[in-house]
Amino acid sequence: MVHEAVSPSPRFLEPKDLSLLQQVLGHHANDSTKLLQILREVQEHLGFIPNAAVSFIAEALDIPRNRIESVASFYSFLHLRSQGTYRVLFSDNITDRMLGSQTLMERMCQQLWLQPGKVSEDGLLSIGTTSCTGMCDQGPAMLVNERAITKLTHQRIQEIGQLIRNRTPLNDWPADFFYVEDNIHRAGLILGNTMAYGEALQAGLTLGGAAIVDVVKRSGLRGRGGAGYPTGLKWEACRNAKGNQHYVVCNADEGEPGTFKDRVLLTRQADLVFEGMTLCALAVGAKQGFLYLRGEYRYLLDHLKGVLQRRRESNLLGVDILGQSGFDFDIEIHLGAGAYICGEESALIESLEGERGVPRNRPPFPVTQGYLQQPTALDNVETFCQAALAIHMGADKYSAIGTSKSTGSKLISVSGDCPRPGIYEYPFGVSVQEILNDCGAVNTRAVQISGPSGICIGEHEFGRKLGFEDLPTAGAFMVFDDSRDMFEVARNFVHFFAHESCGFCTPCRVGTSMLKQTMDKIAAGQGTHYDLAEVENLDHVLQTTSHCGLGRTACNPVLHTLKHFRPAYESRLKSLSFKPAFDLDGALARARQMTGRDDAGAHLKENE
Amino acid sequence: MTEKKKLRIATTSLAGCFGCHMSILDIDERLFPLLELVEFDRSPLTDIKHCGPCDIGLVEGGICNAENVHVLREFRKNCKVLIAIGACAINGGLPAQRNHLDLSSCLTEVYLTEPGLVHGHIPNDPELPLPLDKVHPLHEVVKIDYFIPGCPPSADAIWKFLTDLIAGKTPELGHGLIKYD
Repeated sequence: MVHEAVSPSPRFLEPKDLSLLQQVLGHHANDSTKLLQILREVQEHLGFIPNAAVSFIAEALDIPRNRIESVASFYSFLHLRSQGTYRVLFSDNITDRMLGSQTLMERMCQQLWLQPGKVSEDGLLSIGTTSCTGMCDQGPAMLVNERAITKLTHQRIQEIGQLIRNRTPLNDWPADFFYVEDNIHRAGLILGNTMAYGEALQAGLTLGGAAIVDVVKRSGLRGRGGAGYPTGLKWEACRNAKGNQHYVVCNADEGEPGTFKDRVLLTRQADLVFEGMTLCALAVGAKQGFLYLRGEYRYLLDHLKGVLQRRRESNLLGVDILGQSGFDFDIEIHLGAGAYICGEESALIESLEGERGVPRNRPPFPVTQGYLQQPTALDNVETFCQAALAIHMGADKYSAIGTSKSTGSKLISVSGDCPRPGIYEYPFGVSVQEILNDCGAVNTRAVQISGPSGICIGEHEFGRKLGFEDLPTAGAFMVFDDSRDMFEVARNFVHFFAHESCGFCTPCRVGTSMLKQTMDKIAAGQGTHYDLAEVENLDHVLQTTSHCGLGRTACNPVLHTLKHFRPAYESRLKSLSFKPAFDLDGALARARQMTGRDDAGAHLKENE
Repeated sequence: MTEKKKLRIATTSLAGCFGCHMSILDIDERLFPLLELVEFDRSPLTDIKHCGPCDIGLVEGGICNAENVHVLREFRKNCKVLIAIGACAINGGLPAQRNHLDLSSCLTEVYLTEPGLVHGHIPNDPELPLPLDKVHPLHEVVKIDYFIPGCPPSADAIWKFLTDLIAGKTPELGHGLIKYD
């Protein structure tokens, strides 16, 4: 998490900033549950959230300043101090690193005379890293002022440096910088569907709400976000839950490193996503829906708004949808601001309400007490697509696809060491080896299934099949060939979890940092067998005492790589039973310099 | 029946405030039954200067200078079980508040630029241990077997911990003996 000292900003609000603030606040009707959206929009215009703006917003929303500061400091992409006119963030997923992102970042820092994480003295720019931006199939990637740039090369970096130096507005940068490819290599049920807009919805309207729930239940559809909860049961529970309002929320906070299928679905199949949400609304009796879009996908906002507008004009959204009297439903898009934890459903709802994205205690689950404590059906982007298809096809036809416990198809985001990274859609039950063959991977050493919180498997397990019976997955499929050091892979993931821990519970806040320190100690060649045992102890604490799934899965990358690639760790260990965590004699260097001493007493041996 | 051999315990305070030792003394009259079971080696209680082979070592305070490292190593070498006691030993504690300051500017300010210092100089007598650039918890320098948290841990916590250990049980400080405030 980002913790910035809040210093009084020298910047007072100019008349044009003031009118902008009033405009943003007016647009959100001074509603404090829209705080995150308000802050994000203010920052989009001003580059950061100046102190004076904090006061102004606090007064307008009638909330204390510290609530605004607390929310702003929670999200990586919100800043209470200027981070420069151009904020450059390199995506730091392992797949970006494998494509050379670290060298590119060093080069850019050199070119612009800058240290990573610091704002240049003229206030022009800052360069840093951010968690996976979901461009793993076309990395290395970066965000400049939250806009995605793909396929970085030395030349592109140089050009970007030049554009920044010339203060060229982002809108005037070459359009191909921002071009995001879909890279669909294998289409199936979803990506190959030829339904007309509204076709599934029409089928749903003929069925009616109760029958929709029944079809989804019988189809065997399970949530595609990773946990695999039966969608029909969720919709039924939400439908039966009592409340003043019911809500439908689509989780498009695709933050798991290595996953980018939702990005492609929202680009290519936005109508299907919204159709699934509308069908869900019909089933649970909701009038309002939200799409929670991760901040990294800000560039999709205009496109998605356009699709929503078209659907309203075609009476697929709005009042009396498709002529069905009383069937009113509309969808609003909320943007995230760089917090992995908001992919957890209850944290997402907190964020949707304009709060810090801290997971709630569960139960109660969102189906009974979700958004504004009302019954909420919250599903993954892909789940809504699958649901729309299942309703259109009928339960029997749909459940014939895939395996008995994992029906339908699954979109797989393939990245890493293979010639054809991108999106592959398979019926459930496909083997890892089959996917490796299709993407052209050779000499594969390991595959990380479902991202850092998932499972790392070695060569002897490539016969295993994707599905809830064997290898459950949210879609990430990162390939590592035999040139890769699996220790460094795990270390990258451990750093990711330490950065993304929301800080709410001690086991996770402290545990993920201790894990990071232990991995760094081993990387520095100071590790011992004792440290490996320590990792296992930490895992026990994290798994048994963390508040949510983030802490519980944070040890997975280390445990799995330790299981399959133990020598990658052992080769780094010192053979001694214990080593200090830091260079003892080096720690005295400053004092030696200050006292001018160099006698025997002014030195420490590494070991006695 | 042969008398059971007493366990030997050594204690020391490194970069600490002796608060944990005060808490040890707070065991009060239970010190008498304790002395039935143990005898003290190097400790502020005995004034023995160097520790010999021991069963249990209790170390208070973090590591802030070269001498702390030597003492800690002496304990590790001689104690079968080494215990970090108190917040400073476990986390660096209060002395580690200097960690966000540069050591050079610390020494400069204290010995050279502070008003009222005339002809000040940074002490450089070889008798004096050099400060490390940062204060570290014990487990970053040697392997530590057990930790007793608290600032200081209560006498009851220390009593429970030691009696468990002496009885051959894995020490468990349950509810009430660990405090988070």
